[in-house]
Amino acid sequence: MANPTPLTPQGYLLARTRWHPLEILFWLATLLPFLVFPNYLSLASQIAITALFALSLDIILGYAGVVSLGHAAFFGIGAYSAAIFSKHVWGEPFSGLLVAAALAGLFGYATSFIISRFRHLPLIMITLGLGLLAHEVANSAHWLTGGSDGFQGVSTEPIFGLFRFDLYGKTAYAYSLAALFIVFLCARRLINSPFGLALRGIRENWNRMPAIGADSRAHIRKAYTIAAVIAGICGALLTQTTNSASLESISFQRSADVLVMLVLGGAGRLYGGLIGAAIFMIARDQFSGIAPQYWYFWIGILLVTVVMLLPNGILGGLSKLFSRWSRK
Amino acid sequence: MSAVDSNAGIAHSTKDAIAGSTIALATRGLSRSFGSLVVARDIELNLPVGARYALIGPNGAGKTTLINLMTGMLPPNQGQIILGGEDITALSPQARVKRGLARTFQINSLFAHLNPLEAVTLAVCERRGISSRFWQNVAVNKDAIEEAYEILAKLKLGDVAYQTTRELPYGRQRLLEIALALATKPKVLLLDEPAAGVPQEESGDIFEVVAGLSNDLTLLFIEHDMHVVFRFATHIIVLVGGTVFTEGTPAEISADPGVREVYLGKRHHG
Repeated sequence: MANPTPLTPQGYLLARTRWHPLEILFWLATLLPFLVFPNYLSLASQIAITALFALSLDIILGYAGVVSLGHAAFFGIGAYSAAIFSKHVWGEPFSGLLVAAALAGLFGYATSFIISRFRHLPLIMITLGLGLLAHEVANSAHWLTGGSDGFQGVSTEPIFGLFRFDLYGKTAYAYSLAALFIVFLCARRLINSPFGLALRGIRENWNRMPAIGADSRAHIRKAYTIAAVIAGICGALLTQTTNSASLESISFQRSADVLVMLVLGGAGRLYGGLIGAAIFMIARDQFSGIAPQYWYFWIGILLVTVVMLLPNGILGGLSKLFSRWSRK
Repeated sequence: MSAVDSNAGIAHSTKDAIAGSTIALATRGLSRSFGSLVVARDIELNLPVGARYALIGPNGAGKTTLINLMTGMLPPNQGQIILGGEDITALSPQARVKRGLARTFQINSLFAHLNPLEAVTLAVCERRGISSRFWQNVAVNKDAIEEAYEILAKLKLGDVAYQTTRELPYGRQRLLEIALALATKPKVLLLDEPAAGVPQEESGDIFEVVAGLSNDLTLLFIEHDMHVVFRFATHIIVLVGGTVFTEGTPAEISADPGVREVYLGKRHHG
């Protein structure tokens, strides 16, 4: 939008990082389930967790251009870490969250050295391979993870010792939403930082980056580690809010789903993953009510339609519409 | 530009410079081939500090390849590249940029969806070593942003600083190519056909900008338009088939019958 007063270059960049009224509206809307859909708070909690997971993928895919088909590995590491921690150490949720984030981040940092050396199809295949590897490790380590029977014995204590995770998901949603919001604030700052600018540079033109003195691989390693930390937090949130952990949390399906959500919503726009996750999860909830086995049929139609008609996702389409309308 | 910059003066001072080791960039026996195709053979170059050198030669002579070799985008099979007395042959492209060797591209290599201010700020942040700060709003780095804007203003891009790069007119994009390279504060700048694709009337504007760059900056540019080369270069290197065919002042080159045959004859008088 054109600004009537001439801006200094610094003022211009500062203005670009300011909160848009629609953003504030969006976050206010996330409080609606407490009032309007009190029966759907468990679903809302799952949506918040999945949205955060999609946000973490957005940091590497939408901003740095790293396509991953194995992002669930970090989600699963976070989920099992939190589960094992609550069973063998203690059930206080925040410390569990931190442990899960640290372990996922460690694994992310270690694999980032492989990831950062590849691009395009080889990169996708490597992330896929690492994801499958993580799944099979979790599957075979039955003594630790419970394998295909699922993890038994997660016990999450009340938050601050006060708020018990209830049957209706009220505490769960409040907890997940708070985590989503806090991590979102960090991600928003990251995107508006010099580092975020460098990631956008990598996405826009990988070849030019070395010619302006940038070490793109170091940037990618850092971004990948941060994304892994966030994904680990998501896994831990799911474990703690559902008091269970299963192989589903580290499955290929989860990696594929989160990619679909991000593409549906619009990658590289921070809110794309959040919107995509909400649409995906609500669609799953509704469609699986109609025909439980075939609900991916509808997701398939939705995906093909969105990618054909809106190459930048639903949010990209909306913002185009909005800018066209405001130009008139 | 003063009388010192006249052709004879530069030819003389070049020899002094080589003797006095004020060479900004040099190559020693630089060679590269793809299978049986030799794209660079035994190239020996010496660019004195503050040089305005042109690199000419027919299509496929290996001009861009030479820039790729010097900037590390293509590893040589043999030979060395020496920047300010330091052997940089083994360094990565970005490490060379950090030591003051920058380049531009013949085909625009820009950040399509960033605007010029963001793109140049990115390059400035990389140079200042603050591009890994993920906890800080980019807008608090006032000095870096103002430096970026100054570079844009110097290249007459101030009025389009906030427009998306891919929406800029082509000539402006060519200038942004140079702006990005300047943001790395190079000591040596290699320009690969800075006015490529720009209509002839406008290519003069781009070279005026190039000519207006600081005298400490060592320049090597590839250019096909001989009017431009003779106007802006103080020294010309003629590359043919991956080897240095000859080099000298514009006067020497234009008088060289061999050059007329391999290059000028076909291109200029043909």
